[in-house]
Amino acid sequence: MIEKLPILSLLIWLPVSGGLLVLFGPGQKHKNVTQWLSLITALATFVLSVWALSVFDSSRYFIQFTEDRSWIESLDIRYSLGVDGFSFPLIVLTSLMTLIVVIASWNNIKFRMSHYLAGFLIMGGLMNGVFAATDSILFYVFWEAMLVPMFLIIGIWGGPNRIYATLKFFLYTFLGSVFLLIALIYLGKQAASFDIFSMHQLVIDLDTQKLLFFAFLIAFAVKVPMWPVHTWLPDAHVQAPTGGSVILAAIMLKMGTYGFVRFMLPIVPDASMAMANFMIVLSLIAIGYIGLVALAQKDMKKLVAYSSIAHMGFVSLGLFISFSLVEGKHLDAAIMGIQGAMVQMISHGFISGALFLCIGVLYDRVHSREIADYGGVVNTMPRFAMFFMLFAMANAGLPGTSGFVGEFLVIIASLKVNFWIAAVAGLTLILAAAYTLWMYKRVIFGEIANDKVASLQDLLVREHIVMIVLAIMVLVFGLYPAPLLEIMQPSVEHLIDCNLVSKLSPEGMCS
Amino acid sequence: MNDSMNFSLITSEIFLLIALCVIMIVDLFQRDKERKLTFTLTQLSLFVLFVLGFNDLNAPKEIAFNGHWIADQLAVVLKLAIYTITFIALFYARAFINHRSLMRGEYYLLTLFAVLGMMIMVSGNSFLTIYLGLELLSLSLYALIALQRDSKLASESAVKYFVMGGLASGFLLYGISLVYGATGSIIISSVSDYYATNQVNLISQFGLVFIVIGLAFKFGAVPFHMWLPDIYHGSPSSITAFIASVPKIAAFGMLIRLLVEAFGQFISDWSEMILIVALLSVAFGNVIALAQRNLKRLLAYSAIAHVGYFLLGVVPGTDASYSAAMYYIIVYALMTLAGFGIVIFMSTDKNEYQQITDLQGLGKYHPWYGLMFSVVMVSMAGIPPFIGFWPKLEIFRHLIINGFVLEAIIAIAFSVVGLFYYLQVIKEMFFAETNESPAITSSRSLKIAISINCLLLIMLGIMPDSIYQYCLSAFGLIS
Repeated sequence: MIEKLPILSLLIWLPVSGGLLVLFGPGQKHKNVTQWLSLITALATFVLSVWALSVFDSSRYFIQFTEDRSWIESLDIRYSLGVDGFSFPLIVLTSLMTLIVVIASWNNIKFRMSHYLAGFLIMGGLMNGVFAATDSILFYVFWEAMLVPMFLIIGIWGGPNRIYATLKFFLYTFLGSVFLLIALIYLGKQAASFDIFSMHQLVIDLDTQKLLFFAFLIAFAVKVPMWPVHTWLPDAHVQAPTGGSVILAAIMLKMGTYGFVRFMLPIVPDASMAMANFMIVLSLIAIGYIGLVALAQKDMKKLVAYSSIAHMGFVSLGLFISFSLVEGKHLDAAIMGIQGAMVQMISHGFISGALFLCIGVLYDRVHSREIADYGGVVNTMPRFAMFFMLFAMANAGLPGTSGFVGEFLVIIASLKVNFWIAAVAGLTLILAAAYTLWMYKRVIFGEIANDKVASLQDLLVREHIVMIVLAIMVLVFGLYPAPLLEIMQPSVEHLIDCNLVSKLSPEGMCS
Repeated sequence: MNDSMNFSLITSEIFLLIALCVIMIVDLFQRDKERKLTFTLTQLSLFVLFVLGFNDLNAPKEIAFNGHWIADQLAVVLKLAIYTITFIALFYARAFINHRSLMRGEYYLLTLFAVLGMMIMVSGNSFLTIYLGLELLSLSLYALIALQRDSKLASESAVKYFVMGGLASGFLLYGISLVYGATGSIIISSVSDYYATNQVNLISQFGLVFIVIGLAFKFGAVPFHMWLPDIYHGSPSSITAFIASVPKIAAFGMLIRLLVEAFGQFISDWSEMILIVALLSVAFGNVIALAQRNLKRLLAYSAIAHVGYFLLGVVPGTDASYSAAMYYIIVYALMTLAGFGIVIFMSTDKNEYQQITDLQGLGKYHPWYGLMFSVVMVSMAGIPPFIGFWPKLEIFRHLIINGFVLEAIIAIAFSVVGLFYYLQVIKEMFFAETNESPAITSSRSLKIAISINCLLLIMLGIMPDSIYQYCLSAFGLIS
C-alpha cells in the first residue's frame, strides 16, 4: 500500500497544483481563501514529506520511492523519480522552508498576494522535482523551470534595483546550465540512456572527463555560488523580498552542491581528483576572502549573503577534500568530510533562512536594511533579540547549534590531509563570529538609535511560530545530529565505495 | 509508375482550387462588411484540407505526373502543419483587419492562394514544380502586404519584399539552370540518380552554391537577412504573423527536396555552407535583437536567430537530424505566431502597437495575458518545460552525436544572449511600475485564439512527443 503511493510525484505536483489553484482560483479579493489554501497545501506537502521520512529505509544504500514511467519515447526520456540519503533530507528541507515562507509572508505582501504565494508553492514543487529526478533531462527540466518563478518573484516584489538583480540572477544561472545540458546530452549518448545512475557506470577517458568536469563546474559553481562566480548572489539577495531570499539561501544554493554530489563526483571522479586542489583553493578563498568581504558590509542582507557564500565554501571543501582522503586510505575521514558537507547544507538552510527572516522582521517594521539605521533594538524587541542571537550564534558556528556540526566535521577531515587547509578553514570560524556578532551588536545593543527603533513592536504570533520552528531545528541538529547522519550514512559510503573509484577503466566499479 | 496521371494524389490541391473559386464568387456577392461568410468558408476549407491530409497519413510514397509530383509522408506532415498554423493565423487576422482598411475578401483569398503555393512547394518532385509553388506563394504574399495601400510603411515593405524575393528567386533559378545544364534533368530523383553514377563536376557545384544562396535568402539567414526585419516591421501585423510562420515550414520542405533529395551526394559541400550561415545567423540575430525596442523588429531578429538554430539541425545530415530540424521549424512557427499574436493583441482599433514599453502594466492589469505572453517568450528562449526547449534539445543532441560539439557550444552560448531580450519583454510586462492599464484588443475570438495558442505551447511542452513522432515518421524513422 505504502509502496504503491507515488510519494515523490505527490511531493512535486501537490504544491504545483495547489499553486496553480491559488493563482487562478480565488483571485485577489478573497485574501483569506488564498492564504489558507496556500497554507494547507504547504502544510500537506510538509506532512507528507515527514511521513515519507518515517518510511524511508536508511539501513542500507538503495534508491527509494522509485517511480518510472515512459515520458517522451522518441527521445528516450523517462519520468523517473527516486531518492537516496543525499536527496531526501533536502526534499524535507524544501517542503519545510516553503511552509515557513508561506507563514512568514502571511500579511507582509501588500499587492498581488495570491501570485506571490502561488509562485512559492510552484517553486517548492519544482525544487522537490530537482532533488527527486533520476533522469538527467527531467532533472534539467526542473532545474530550469524553477528559475522562472524565482525570476518573477524577485522582479515583481523585490527592492528598488530588482530588475538588474533578477536579470543577473537568471542570466548567470542560465549561462551555467546550458553547459550542463551539453554535458548531459553527451553523457546520454555515451550511456545510451539519460538515467543518472547509468551515467555513473560510464568509463570515460581523462581528457573527456576534464571537459565534462568544467561543464559541470560552470553549472554548479554558479549556483553554489563559488568564488569568483558569486557576484549575482548579493544582488539577488538584497533585492529579493524576504521569502525569495529565504528560498534562495536555504534551497537554491544547495542545488549546486547537490549537483556536485549527484553528477560531478560520481561521473567524473578522475577529473575531480585531478582538480581537487583547485577546488579546495576556490573553497578556501570563498571561506576566507568572502568572510572578509562580509565583514565590510553595511547592509544586513548583503552581509548574510556573503556569509552564505563563505559557509557554502565549507560544503565544497568537505566534498573535494575527500579525494585526498580516499587516496590516503583514510576512508573514515572521507566519510566524515562528505557527511560534514551534507550536514552543513541542511544546517545552513535553517540558519541562513532564519537570518533572512530576522532581517525581514526588522525590514517590515523599519523599511531599511542598513545596519546604521538600527541600534538598541533589544530594548523594544527583547524576544526577537533572543531568537536573532541564537541564529547569529549558529551562523558563527557555536557548539550546540547545527552550524557547528558540519563545519567541525569538515575541519577535522581536512586536518587529516593538510594542517594548513584546516587552519585556514578554522580561522574563518573567527571571521564568521566577527561579522555576525558585530552586526548583531550594532543592530541589537546600545542606545535606541532613533524614533523608528523606539516605536518597534515585538514579534507577532506567526513570526513567533516561524522563529520557534527554526530555533528548534537549529538546536536539535546541533545537539543531536545522529538521525541526520544516519540517513546519509549508507549513501555516503556508497559514494565513496562505488563512485569515487576511477572511471578510466571498468575495473573496480560496483555493478 | 512515374508517368501516371494519378489525380488522386492531388485531391487536396484540386479541392483547394475549387474552394478558392467558390469563395471568390461568394465573396463578390457579399454585403456584410465583416465578411463573415468568406471567413467561415475559408476556415471550413482549411478544416476539410486537414481531414483530407490526415487520411493520407502513412500512405505509401508515390511519384506521379512524369516525376514532377511526389506524395510522401514528409509532404503530408508538412501540409498538416501548414493548415493548422494558417487556421490559427486567420483567427488573429480577422480581429486585426476588422477595423482597418484591410477588411476585404481578398485577404482570405490571397492567404488560401499562398497555402496552395506552399502545398505545391512541399510536394514538388522537380525543380520546376517547386519553383512554381514558390512563386505562387511569393506573389500572394507581395499582394497581401500591399493590400494596405494607403500605408507608406506597408507599401514600402511590399516593394522591398518583391525586389528581394525576386532577387532570391533569381539566384535559385540560376542555380537550377546550371544544374539542369550539368545533369540534363529537372526531376529531383533523376538529378540524384545522375550524381550517384557520375563524377561531381564543377558546374554542378557552382549551381549548388546559387541554390543554397537562394534558400538562405528565403529563410532570411545571415548574410542574406537584411530584408527580413524591414518587412516584418513594415507589414501589417497580422500578415507579419503569417509570413513569419507558415512559409518557413514550406521552405523547409523545399530545402529537403533540393538539398537532401537532389544533392545528397554533395552533402559535405552544402552542409559546410549551411553551417557557416547557421552560426552567423545565431550570432548576429541574437546580438542585434538585444538593441531592439520595437517588438516586431525584436521578433524579426529573433527569427533570424531561430533560423540559425534550425539550419544547424540540417548540418549533421542524418535523417534523425532532419526530423529534429523539422520539429524545430514547426514548433517555431507555432511560437512566432503567438509572438506576433501579442502584437495583434495589443493593437486596438486604430492604434498600432509597436514598442515593447507599450506592454507595461499588462502583468498588473491583465495577469492572464501577461502570464501567457511570458510563456511565449520563455518558450522562445528555450526554457523547459515549454515546447521551445525540446526541438533545441534535439538539434543540440544531433550536433553532439555527430561530433559537432564546438558548434553546439557556440550556438548554445548565444541562446543565453537570446534569453536576455526575451526577458526584457517579460520585464516590461511585469516589473515596470505603472498605473495605466495598457490598451488591449476587444475581440473575444482573438482572446480565445491567443490563449489556446499559448496553452498549446505549455501542453505540447509537457507532451513533446505528440508533434515529434510525426516529424520522425516523415523521415521514415518510426512508422
